[in-house]
Amino acid sequence: MESEASIGLVNSQTASFDEPLKLACGDTLNRYELIYETYGALNPGADNAILICHALSGSHHAAGYYQPDDKKPGWWDACIGPGKAIDTDQFFVVSLNNIGGCHGSTGPTSLREDRSQVWGPSFPQPAVEDWVDTQARLADRLGVACWAAVIGGSLGGMQALTWSIRYPDRLRHCVAIAAAMKLSAQNIAFNEVARRAIYSDPAYADGYYLGSGESPDKGLALARMVGHITYLSDDAMASKFGRELQNPDAVRGASSNSPREPAEFQVESYLRYQGSQFAKSFDANTYMLMTRVLDRYDFAADFGGDAIAAFKRAKAEFLIVSFSTDWRFSPARSREIVDALLAAERPVSYAEIAAKEGHDAFLLPIPRYVDLLKAYLRRVTV
Amino acid sequence: MRQDLTRILRWMPENSRVLDLGCGDGEFLELLRDQKNARVTGIEIDAQAISQAIRRGLSIVEQDLDAGLDNFADGSFDMVVMAHALQAVHFPDNVLEEMLRIGRECVVTFPNFGHWRSRLHLATRGRMPVSRFMPYTWYDTPNIHFCTVRDFETLCSHRGIQILHRDMIASETRSTVLARRWPNLFATTAIYHISRHISQ
Repeated sequence: MESEASIGLVNSQTASFDEPLKLACGDTLNRYELIYETYGALNPGADNAILICHALSGSHHAAGYYQPDDKKPGWWDACIGPGKAIDTDQFFVVSLNNIGGCHGSTGPTSLREDRSQVWGPSFPQPAVEDWVDTQARLADRLGVACWAAVIGGSLGGMQALTWSIRYPDRLRHCVAIAAAMKLSAQNIAFNEVARRAIYSDPAYADGYYLGSGESPDKGLALARMVGHITYLSDDAMASKFGRELQNPDAVRGASSNSPREPAEFQVESYLRYQGSQFAKSFDANTYMLMTRVLDRYDFAADFGGDAIAAFKRAKAEFLIVSFSTDWRFSPARSREIVDALLAAERPVSYAEIAAKEGHDAFLLPIPRYVDLLKAYLRRVTV
Repeated sequence: MRQDLTRILRWMPENSRVLDLGCGDGEFLELLRDQKNARVTGIEIDAQAISQAIRRGLSIVEQDLDAGLDNFADGSFDMVVMAHALQAVHFPDNVLEEMLRIGRECVVTFPNFGHWRSRLHLATRGRMPVSRFMPYTWYDTPNIHFCTVRDFETLCSHRGIQILHRDMIASETRSTVLARRWPNLFATTAIYHISRHISQ
């Protein structure tokens, strides 16, 4: 634990829901649990609540530390805390793990409703709309009739966008960062490579690996390595690793093609480390399911693909942010959102932040980005 | 508040939808929103100005005027304003045409290069004018398309642009009468309220 501005030690809580949830895929979840954290205090008017939506591999742990000696704080500690852009002295910040996740909310690693076995690969495929519905139920539970703002980056930004048209009266501001209204063929292609990596690990066993004593760590690590490349820009990789060797003193003989071959370049070592660390803490079925949520997301699907018609339903004010070197959800994807909002005559602000970090930039404390978020949230203050 | 901005406030209808091209820190849009109950949108490219304008609670879109405005629909705004930016864009005539397409009415302000001081400076020293109003040297100025009052009106007449009103600002208040009478010599800033001329 380091910075004084951190929210400090936090706890997570769990809310159980017994009202059946009809999913977009047609299935129904009869009961489910949502794990969440809150930072700051809800004011008496209950109008200072901000919902944080997580991205592909995120969790409910967005800020603070569980233990004083935790190595890392929550995933968006750069922006959430006392005096930070999302100021916990002013706002009541709620962050949850979505259903289908593997950090404590009901998902493939949870027991089935009859408690007989874990869901595994048969967990029903959720959609962004389903997540938004469960988030609305959590808001009911917390006494929040209308969010001051719903904020998310990447897949989280898609949830924020869907909030604006699914529950137009239940949010005053919608902040979508490094998001898109739907994935491109290239985006889907990378997700498919990631899924194939998991499928091809024999330990995956079509998803029925829980309880088998084995887990598809190799496949999941490979999936993460592919994903990770798409989160970084060419420039970021060049400045972080260049062509530096992992062990410059090693004799570079004829290469063997053994998978046990030590990493030659630093970037190899980095990706292997990221992959294996991720595989230790993430569930492969959840990864499959989350990438499917992304692939199938289509903001304006219920409006015949007409984003302008969709946004005409919205009543919130919007902030859209993109990053110059993000090639996963490029600035052009954000401008499509902005143009649709302008055409729908909705109030919108947009900034393209110059940043070399690629898609990952949305998680980083880039001065202009943090300052902009802070400047925008001043108007949200009640 | 710059004089040109307070002057054009009177041409701004109440409750209208206004687009400001090159809105800077949003001072004018804030005034429009608060005094005319206008629904305002600003276009700006400077990062710091965008943050300041957003801090005022305004809707600001980061966009480069030189990259075009084709994301804005025909007639989608009641008024399109561009204050002191015409001389800084790559194709001022294109931007003007775009403004007139997007807005039913437009207001443009620009520094008048025909002002006697500019002429005197150029005539006596043989060098590009540098003054309080135009503080840049020729090679680092963002103002790449200076024009005079007469130049602007000639363009309007060639393009069939109707001048609804014009107003002129002088360097000192007492010269305002001169500036209105002989704008091409005495106006430091020219203000035009224009619309697309519809021939009958």
